Amino acid sequence: MSDTMTLTIDGVEIQGQPGQTILEAAEEAGIYIPRLCHVKDLVPHGSCRVCTVMADGRPQAACTQPISNGMVVENNSEKVMQIRRDIIEMLFVEGNHFCMFCEKSGNCELQALAYRFGIAAPKYPYLFPKRNVDASHPDIFIDRNRCVLCARCIRASKDMDGKNVFQFVGRGPHKEVAVNAEADLGDTDADVKDKAVELCPVGAILKKRVGYKVPIGERDYDHKPIGSDIEAGQAAKAK
Amino acid sequence: MSENLEAAIKEICQSVGNDRTRMMDIVRAVQEQLGCVTNEAMDVIAQQVSTHRVEVESVVSFYAFLSRDQKGKVVIRLCNDIIDRMQGCDRVAQAFSDELGIAFGETTADGKITLEYAPCIGMCDQAPAALINDVVVTHLSGDAAREIVRDLKQHMDPKRLVNTLGDGNNAHELVQAMVLNNIRKRGSVIFAEDARRADLEAGEPLKKALAMSPAEVIRDVTAARLRGRGGAGFPTGMKWQFTRAAQGDKKYIICNADEGEPGTFKDRVILTECPDLLFEGMTIGGYAIGSDTGILYLRAEYAYLRAFLEDVLQQRRNRGLLGKDVNGKKGFDFDIRIQMGAGAYICGEETALISSCEGLAGDPKNRPPFPAQKGYLGCPTSVNNVETFCCVARILERGPGWFAQIGSKCSPGTKLLSVSGDCRIPGVYEVPFGTPLTEVLKMVGAKDAIAVQVGGPSGQLVGPQDFEKTICYDDLATGGSVMVFGSDRNILEIVDYFMDFFVEESCGYCTPCRVGNVLLKERIEKIIQGKGEPADLDYLQQLGETIKMASRCGLGQTSPNPVLTTLKNFRGHYDALVKESKDGMQSSFDIRAALGDAAAIAGRESVHF
Repeated sequence: MSDTMTLTIDGVEIQGQPGQTILEAAEEAGIYIPRLCHVKDLVPHGSCRVCTVMADGRPQAACTQPISNGMVVENNSEKVMQIRRDIIEMLFVEGNHFCMFCEKSGNCELQALAYRFGIAAPKYPYLFPKRNVDASHPDIFIDRNRCVLCARCIRASKDMDGKNVFQFVGRGPHKEVAVNAEADLGDTDADVKDKAVELCPVGAILKKRVGYKVPIGERDYDHKPIGSDIEAGQAAKAK
Repeated sequence: MSENLEAAIKEICQSVGNDRTRMMDIVRAVQEQLGCVTNEAMDVIAQQVSTHRVEVESVVSFYAFLSRDQKGKVVIRLCNDIIDRMQGCDRVAQAFSDELGIAFGETTADGKITLEYAPCIGMCDQAPAALINDVVVTHLSGDAAREIVRDLKQHMDPKRLVNTLGDGNNAHELVQAMVLNNIRKRGSVIFAEDARRADLEAGEPLKKALAMSPAEVIRDVTAARLRGRGGAGFPTGMKWQFTRAAQGDKKYIICNADEGEPGTFKDRVILTECPDLLFEGMTIGGYAIGSDTGILYLRAEYAYLRAFLEDVLQQRRNRGLLGKDVNGKKGFDFDIRIQMGAGAYICGEETALISSCEGLAGDPKNRPPFPAQKGYLGCPTSVNNVETFCCVARILERGPGWFAQIGSKCSPGTKLLSVSGDCRIPGVYEVPFGTPLTEVLKMVGAKDAIAVQVGGPSGQLVGPQDFEKTICYDDLATGGSVMVFGSDRNILEIVDYFMDFFVEESCGYCTPCRVGNVLLKERIEKIIQGKGEPADLDYLQQLGETIKMASRCGLGQTSPNPVLTTLKNFRGHYDALVKESKDGMQSSFDIRAALGDAAAIAGRESVHF
């Protein structure tokens, strides 16, 4: 244990290992830092910025920022919460997120974050982009209206599935996830069992013929807010 | 795809050793040959360099000078930067459009000529300007535009559009450009009278550096308190020390010649008139950090200088100043290669620049690790600005003490300013740090300035109350760009243009920048249209702060500055435009328009009207 570092998060002292990120150390200590593009076992991407914290007075993404000894982290301050709320709202207005008919509803991390932050409606105007749906694959469909550009599919396809089905194309507001084919997903080697399909946090990549199978009341976020498992120390217990 | 074409593409790939990290060179060459990088071309490339088709598409779709769709043999890129607009680029645009018979973004029916807009191409001192393929045309008028189109239709050779050559090396046989240097004021460091060719041809700074140890070179650069001249102002000695100390045998030193910040054109002049000084500085830097490879990342808009720069490098090789055992120093091998960009402002950000050098889309990288630890190809790398390297050469030549007593305490040395806009004498001015803005305005002949953008759109727009402030890193910081606005300019229109720019240039990787800038622009336009409310000003303030704080790289961390600095310095202009809504409804909501689709479907108007 001689290697441990000590840092404080909202005044609470926790331990961490050198090389850990703020998010990892917090999670182990049962502290939830909201996040969207980050998921266990994938190299942190740092794109959503939902996990923004103040670290030694400077804003950082907790998922990519390594801890240091004596680091002072703000996770629950008003300013940090404001930034996160703004970012989540930005994600909602950027796409076309119609929760009322989306099959991911109840299991959607973006939706769950909005609930956790008490967002009823965004203060930003909806941008109503024109984005497409790709239903060419026999078992998977992509609805780009819901894509939050988290790159989980890109990372998982490369690093877990040993494929290269997805990659970003375009720049700025036109950036989107493309598939490794001249035409559509059906022309790639994507498979319904791919981790890339499983890890999409929203309803952008979905399995066909699942629909609304899971009844309301039995979905991931029906009873407890997203992050409750971390706060209940599940991560620590699992260790 | 024809066999010939496929063979040509394969040859292009082979010429860079089928190395996928050289993707930029590959797709640039294919674009030049085909006028686009087609789907089939992407497949051939992917196969040749052992990558995936979508990876190639990622690069082609990122950069403005590359396209999946066919472009004409000649592409006219008219700069519509704010400065060019002020100098009348609208008339030029109309002339091009009329004479070609197409709108911007289109190609003529015979497929020969494409007409596009481009953001700042580094010619603000001789605006309106355009790129015709690689050829730069300046001081455009409607008549000149019409003549250009008529000439092109005849011979389709942009080089033949240049009738008069510019000064200095603009007239060099390998440049042959109509560009003017416009060096208006020589200071004591870069354009000093004593920094003559003779000294540099003898490789004097390099000689001195190689007679020291690398650590001593870094000590001198540190003692001079040199700070990066690209805009960020990081202490150069410190950056080199970190890179030198980092683990790894292979290290890289990269020159950032992307010069994309609108209103900046000082590196253009350095590259034209003192490339030896630059390469001297790069070689010294390579020696200092323990690198044998330098890369000059040159923005695509300066491709007209490429042949000339390659020749300068070859001359240096011939003189033993590059290559094996540089200048006789056994064991120190060093060479420089030129990496061309392809039209992306974000590639001026050092980690995005590195991504581009690695053959990827110009997305900035997560930090830490910083480039000093893990940069180009995962190796310790130092990225420095063109002007910074020139300062290094002069520091080694004249000593750190000489340098440190020029300028001000927190900002030693001189700064090259590229001044343009509503001023009598636009051009490049070398001034000691600590020079007040009023003095600069006097030099450039800007009597009626109501606002000055210092540091480009990512800097600050200041009004007369701040003109006494000085050019230095801790006051009015700039990488060189100084844009002057006279009394009949509209502040909010300037802000709107700058937000346009950032929306266009954002890489799109992170949420706050990708979405936030679009939202800032939406609200600014609403206010310009007279539909803004006082609450919108608080909205802009908060939104701007969120973007600044949550963005991943320097672009998003500064893109709200046009809005935030004008809210601070030109509040009255905003207050004059916003008004409380009389009936509590948002004045930007047009109920008729909102019901339009429904009325069309129903086949009748709403009963409410």
